[in-house]
Amino acid sequence: MFKFTWPKKKQSFPGGLKLAGHKQVTQIIEPELPKELIYPLFLAADRYAKPCVNIGDTVLKGQIIATADSLLATPIHASSSGTISAIEKRLIAHPSGLSDRCIILQTDGLDKVLTPDPCIDYTEQGHDFLCHKIQQSGIVGLGGAAFPTAKKLQPSQVIHTLIINAAECEPYISCDESLAIESAPEIIQGALIIQYILQAQYCIIAIEDSKPDAYKALLLATESNQIQIQKVPSIYPTGGEKQLIQVISGVQIPVKKLPSEYGYICQNVATAYAIYQAIILGRPLTERIITLTGDGIKQNQNLRARIGTPIKDLVHACHGYTLQAEQLIMGGPMMGIALASDDIAVIKASNCLLINQVNKPISQACIRCGDCADVCPSELLPQQLYWYSHTQQWDNCNDYKLADCIECGCCDVVCPSKIPLVQAFRIAKAEVQQKKQQSATAALAKKRFDNRQHRLKRIEQEKLAQQDKRKAAIEKMKAAAAKRKLN
Amino acid sequence: MLFPTQSSPFTVNNKSIQTVMLQVLLALIPAIMTLFYFFGYSILMQISLAIMTALIAESFCLYLRKKPILSTLADFSALLTAVLIAIAIPSIAPWWVVVNGTLFAILIAKQVYGGLGYNPFNPAMAGYVFLLISFPVPMTLWQAPSIFLSFSDAISTLFTQIVAVDGLSSATVLDYTKMQLRSGSSINTIQAQPLFGFIADKNKEIVSLAYLIGGLYLCHQKTIRWHIPFAVLMGVFIPASIAYAIDPNIYSSPWFHLVAGATVCAAFFIATDPVSAATSIKGRLIYGFLIGFLIFCIRTWGGYPDAVAFAVLLANITAPSIDFYLRPKVTKS
Repeated sequence: MFKFTWPKKKQSFPGGLKLAGHKQVTQIIEPELPKELIYPLFLAADRYAKPCVNIGDTVLKGQIIATADSLLATPIHASSSGTISAIEKRLIAHPSGLSDRCIILQTDGLDKVLTPDPCIDYTEQGHDFLCHKIQQSGIVGLGGAAFPTAKKLQPSQVIHTLIINAAECEPYISCDESLAIESAPEIIQGALIIQYILQAQYCIIAIEDSKPDAYKALLLATESNQIQIQKVPSIYPTGGEKQLIQVISGVQIPVKKLPSEYGYICQNVATAYAIYQAIILGRPLTERIITLTGDGIKQNQNLRARIGTPIKDLVHACHGYTLQAEQLIMGGPMMGIALASDDIAVIKASNCLLINQVNKPISQACIRCGDCADVCPSELLPQQLYWYSHTQQWDNCNDYKLADCIECGCCDVVCPSKIPLVQAFRIAKAEVQQKKQQSATAALAKKRFDNRQHRLKRIEQEKLAQQDKRKAAIEKMKAAAAKRKLN
Repeated sequence: MLFPTQSSPFTVNNKSIQTVMLQVLLALIPAIMTLFYFFGYSILMQISLAIMTALIAESFCLYLRKKPILSTLADFSALLTAVLIAIAIPSIAPWWVVVNGTLFAILIAKQVYGGLGYNPFNPAMAGYVFLLISFPVPMTLWQAPSIFLSFSDAISTLFTQIVAVDGLSSATVLDYTKMQLRSGSSINTIQAQPLFGFIADKNKEIVSLAYLIGGLYLCHQKTIRWHIPFAVLMGVFIPASIAYAIDPNIYSSPWFHLVAGATVCAAFFIATDPVSAATSIKGRLIYGFLIGFLIFCIRTWGGYPDAVAFAVLLANITAPSIDFYLRPKVTKS
């Protein structure tokens, strides 16, 4: 086989922060079967799944209950057996805090499984077949973005390097780490399947150097030298796709480009595990590892949670809240979203639930210290952006590349004045977007108006031309009549 | 159970404006101790007067502007401004000098512009220049290097204007050098006077060393970045070296420029005020160098013996332009 070595020089991305880990790697436990499972039909952006069951239907674990009609959507599977009790609006795990349509499944406690449809030897199957199977298994990126994996595995460019992202750079989250410790061989299998699908020459599993146990487990499970396990420095946000690629290869991928255009593809380690389960075992994605952590919970624990489990049931599995339970965050403390209620169900993107005290100090004026610019991984000037965004100078926001902000939260954390910078940028981005839409609508309206004016003028001219013609014809006839008379 | 929702991120670090200002105040302690050791109680009195004035003036403004008073005072920025003014002015100047200077710094240079974060000029230096222009005579009353003022002597000097000790005031080395150069003496003969210590002012050069220690501590703590202090010192050192190389008889040595007057203090404690300085790394280097260069120019060819305050204010004016033209290029997309 080929031997492959990376340049020895230590690569890194600009900015970033060393954060306290707060990670407690625990054994993954299986919580009790919840009474009710909730499946939001909302997938991402403007994409929804279409329910294909009716109220009162009995479903089995692994059965599709909502279908997807495009590659950018994925079907939803029941994660236990039971009866569909309602399709109604419930609070969903979304930053807007709004309710949306959800399928409610009343479990019967039997947990009957739909007969799995494994694929014994994936190397006999074609790329399209495997992608289709991954899509039909409902697999999305499990790192938190929940982008449909099948879509990502069908790039138009040639991929030379597959990176399995096990960096998990956000504090508190340890679901990937514990999964890597407990299921390293399966992850390696999954990585090989993805590598086969992409026909990628190299496959690298990247893991932060603060996770020696997971690193060892992955190293032990790696049999072939087709896969390389690489340690990356524990600097937040090294687990960001583009940051990770830069750390590993030194290639800086521009903001509006996709890594695939440069021959790289990143997949989360949990996604690799899900792909293994889908292809080799024939099991669709109905559960994921989730970290329940923070001072607000009695026992910090990694759980194998069924998708759709209400958060309160998971909290119950961790022996409940403590007095410090003041806020509920889905995701990590840097980029997570605060949820309004623990009735909300776990979705495929939920990698962590952080329950802790509210810690938002009062913000003061910016003293222009420039710390924010030092830590920005996108090399922006957050203080200037903040100035322009809160004074609503949108053109200047564009000049200073507001759209390049990845909302990692580094600037916010280092700010001595405790200014909520990321929040300001989110608002500004929304405003800029709205302005863009407004001006597009205005341009369209103007075009329509111009066209109408043009059309009216043309009709008028045609009318006049016709009148002239008629007049000329009448004149002609008159002249002819006069001529006849003369004759 | 219901929870409040906020925007990410949900962690904060311990660095705050308060800790930054406290660090700077802490770093000033060696210099204040040295000043006290050499010059006595007058310096402590100036500092107390300035602090009281600053806190009262700041509270008054915050009251008028309907801002929270205690929490804003607790950012210690007014306190720092007061201490900087107090150690910048002559320690035996009458009490109303420091009070006026602090009032101007807080009321006009800081609060009128909108308080901390919005002042285009360094408030302490604005206050200092105000004093220098308005009350030129008391602003030249520098305490002679070998006199230690006791508590009662300091009180009578500051409040009753009765000179308690003979030969209390004397010229600074910068002042003296400038005057003697005008009368035609050469640097070598001037700087052999008893006014001079190893390099510059007797005793005060030790104070400069104390400023240096405090400043290096701030750099080590990452409270300030090294760029501005380094550039200020280089801004003084490089032109001074060139001038000294051209004619050592009429130009002081670069070491003299570094140690005399307030060069070190300005480099580490005054020019590094983030609010009125440039923000990018390149910008900071240019901003600092400009301050140093102006200090050298005004000292050498200007009308005032020391020039830190003017140099800093002039550089403050240029900071927004420096930031505008030297902003790091975001070329990625």
